[in-house]
Amino acid sequence: MEDQRVTLLPVRVVGGVTVAAARGRLDHLTAGALGAALAPLLAGCKAGSPALLLDLSAVDYMSSLGLRTLVVASRQAAAQGGRFAVAGMQPLVAEIFAIARLNLVMPCYVDVDGACAQLA
Amino acid sequence: MKKVVFWGTRGSLPIALTADAVRHKVMAALTAANGRRFASRSELADFVDGLPFATAGTFGGHSSCVEIVTGGPEHIICDMGSGARPLAQAKLAAYGAARPQVYHVFISHLHWDHLMGFPFFLPMYIPGNRIVIHGCHDRLEEAMRLQMRAPCFPVDYSQAGATIEYHAMTPGQPHAVAGLTVTPHRQLHAGDSYGYRFAGQGRCVVYSTDSEHKLEDNGERQGFIEFFQAADLVVFDAMYSLAEAVSVKADWGHSSNVVGVELCQAAGARRLALFHHEPVNDDEQLGRLLDETRRFEAITREGRAPLEIISAYDGLVVDL
Ligand SMILES: [Zn+2]
Ligand SMILES: [Zn+2]
Repeated sequence: MEDQRVTLLPVRVVGGVTVAAARGRLDHLTAGALGAALAPLLAGCKAGSPALLLDLSAVDYMSSLGLRTLVVASRQAAAQGGRFAVAGMQPLVAEIFAIARLNLVMPCYVDVDGACAQLA
Repeated sequence: MKKVVFWGTRGSLPIALTADAVRHKVMAALTAANGRRFASRSELADFVDGLPFATAGTFGGHSSCVEIVTGGPEHIICDMGSGARPLAQAKLAAYGAARPQVYHVFISHLHWDHLMGFPFFLPMYIPGNRIVIHGCHDRLEEAMRLQMRAPCFPVDYSQAGATIEYHAMTPGQPHAVAGLTVTPHRQLHAGDSYGYRFAGQGRCVVYSTDSEHKLEDNGERQGFIEFFQAADLVVFDAMYSLAEAVSVKADWGHSSNVVGVELCQAAGARRLALFHHEPVNDDEQLGRLLDETRRFEAITREGRAPLEIISAYDGLVVDL
């Protein structure tokens, strides 16, 4: 059976960009786990260091708390002079993103390759 | 409870339509008509009624004031924003000065946009009327008097002809008022605000404005789910987008449409009214916000019963 908890998959580096992929539902039960998993990556997301890209292609649901986790991450990166972006949202997640106006507060890319080309 | 009447729905500051906005609406209506001729007034009225609300109507600009009509002899009002003025006019037209009335006013908090209509609430000047102001703030009476003190206002509070009483409520405790059970709930806002849950006659209405939600606080979330539980109508502070509410406008004391939908879904509420509209948002923006909120509810429904979503506007009457 598919794991319904959100998980952060192993980090990979694509063209000089740190890519972390999340999977599953990002809601009030799982947002804390994602925040904790992102914390060490965010700590290194500073001026001069590689951009941090969160691949959301395997995330199929996002609640307000999940959205907040991403805003907090994006603001932490910005405060440190680093760059944080998301990519690969499924259509419904992209719609939720737009309704919550998150697309106005962080860079959102259609796919990981396109994002890496921009962020490298 | 029979219905809810929205007299003021704008957040923070009353606004008015500008000439430019009216011109924009006329142009949009004429564009939609596309040269069509109308055989009768009723045909024209049907056409106008079919236009988008942002073209043929307006959300209005009065600050918070909502009436709950119980069908009983006493009146129930939430907040005394500038919407209290048209409410007062309607009551005077209905009852005249010769028929004294009882008004129960529930005050969410003491910020000016929620009190500024009181000096214009004509029943306060008419002897025989009884006004009971309910609230949870220690300084409630002081705040009501303060805004009518010279040099801020020409008529002092002491000129009131009506009997004005204050009733201190306790958050979390049910209170019996005018045949209803009213329970206040403490909310996160500068100086605290309180929501009110009105239950009676088999119906339940929650008035919850000027309330920020800390999404990471699960205890707070559970408290609101209980507060909104199975409500027929939840009037909700949807002033900001979620992104604003958790970033640049965090700690400004307001919430978003997205959080309103989620809490109402979790609480099994029947209907959500977006309220305390951001003064910067024009009718078209508020119309889009309503469409988007309905879409958000639909794509996050996950097998629950549908939640009906409306956007409150000055003059809206909701049958319960
Ligand atoms: Zn307000
Ligand atoms: Zn306020």
